[in-house]
Amino acid sequence: MDYQTIIVEEKNAVGCLTFNRPKQLNSFNETMHQEVSSVMKAWAKDSAIRAVVISAEGRGFCAGQDLNDRVVDPNADAPDLGLSIEKYYNPLIKLITEMPKPVICAVNGVAAGAGANIALACDIVIAAQSASFIQAFCRLGLVPDSGGTWFLPRLVGRAQAMGLAMLGDKISAERAVQLGMIWQTVEDDALKAEAEKMAEHLAKQPTYGLSLIKKAINAAAHNNLNDQLILERDLQRLAGRSSDYKEGVQAFMQKRAPEYKGC
Amino acid sequence: MEYIKSSSPRAGVALLELNRPEKRNALNNATLQEIADRLQNLEADAAVKAVVIAGNLQCFAAGADLNELAQLDVVSIQQDQRPQLWKRIDEFSKPLIMAVNGYALGAGFELALHGDIVLTGDNAQFALPEIGLGMLPGAGGTQRLARLVGQQLAMRWAMTGEMIPAQTAMQHGISSQICPAGLTVQYALELAEKIAKQAPLAIRVIKQSLKSIHEVSLSQGLKQERQHFVWLAATQDRQEGISAFLEKRKPEFRGV
Repeated sequence: MDYQTIIVEEKNAVGCLTFNRPKQLNSFNETMHQEVSSVMKAWAKDSAIRAVVISAEGRGFCAGQDLNDRVVDPNADAPDLGLSIEKYYNPLIKLITEMPKPVICAVNGVAAGAGANIALACDIVIAAQSASFIQAFCRLGLVPDSGGTWFLPRLVGRAQAMGLAMLGDKISAERAVQLGMIWQTVEDDALKAEAEKMAEHLAKQPTYGLSLIKKAINAAAHNNLNDQLILERDLQRLAGRSSDYKEGVQAFMQKRAPEYKGC
Repeated sequence: MEYIKSSSPRAGVALLELNRPEKRNALNNATLQEIADRLQNLEADAAVKAVVIAGNLQCFAAGADLNELAQLDVVSIQQDQRPQLWKRIDEFSKPLIMAVNGYALGAGFELALHGDIVLTGDNAQFALPEIGLGMLPGAGGTQRLARLVGQQLAMRWAMTGEMIPAQTAMQHGISSQICPAGLTVQYALELAEKIAKQAPLAIRVIKQSLKSIHEVSLSQGLKQERQHFVWLAATQDRQEGISAFLEKRKPEFRGV
């Protein structure tokens, strides 16, 4: 399939989706939304894909919304910014968080606005040392969207979240790791290889079990301890019925490496 | 007898699984007839103390059969047997538990509303989409739903056909528990088994008493409850229940 705004590769059970509008710092227009969403939807259902990597071409990761699509005529009625959020950004964030397999994000450069929050929605975020994150919304009179106001306080705590969202300062990838916003930084040249290595590792792991871990950790954000304990019991019940669990135990008893199938 | 799988996976519990996956378990006349017939048999089967109705993982039941509905004109719809079938389901006197995973739409939602207790999977979605077809729910959808969730939400949902996710359904009393979808049937069966161990005559009047709350006034309902209470005093199971409690042992109920 031909894409105008992204590059799609499938190898070794890993789906690699690369934003490919480098001249516009990979900002989203409608075509890009449609292409990303159709690929992610297909991967969510495709049991042959057991890990997903989101990365980007060029010097930036993603600058959020392409503002050329949103030229504001001072004499016209106010635009409805909720429209594209409802139609594109919110479903995209749900596609990432509800994907029943790990989603890794490789942030190669600046991740601004919705671009930063799409990265934060992923399960494991790796950034190049020169990458940066900006909650640019406040500078234009807007609110962090694409889950920004939900992810930030949960990742970094209220105080840091407020600072990031109200000041809109650019923070380095290193600082993002210190704050607990992302998993790790790597040398710029090593980013692609590291992300792929991690994805290939995860693609050999018990995918169903990983999907249940994801479900549990995402649910923890709104559950109390009692509900979460019940959920852990339920998910462990399901995990215990998987063939990967059986294989894991057998491999351990037979002192060999397990071969997981993802179910 | 082809649209429903019937089994008895636990002591005293019958499980009916809607099994027309290619039609997303649409409730055509034959399926509804089969549900009513099976329930009638289970009603007579003394070994069965509680019944669970389930669909599959993706779908409980996605509404009525539109091809059948399309053939009915105003005359034939008056002679339609469906209201009788629904009535027979409603009259089932033993505990009826609905295990709802995935879609329960239109008649599927209405079937769920016939359950005494509803458990849903976390993927459950209820809706009354009849309005989109220029119709209204025809098997108690407007009535039972409004009595459960109130007029406001029932109006909104019946007039828009909006999807009601599992969480919202539980918040508003359409269900009493959300399970991971893969465990809904298991948990419904466990619940049914728990109920199956109770004194059958007491369970029977509890169901009657609770089902009548929208039929009678409070004072009338309290009177009926009192009558049930007195009536139970004549049963051996009540004696057994109290003795077992005092003697710190498990009761053995025999339905007498």
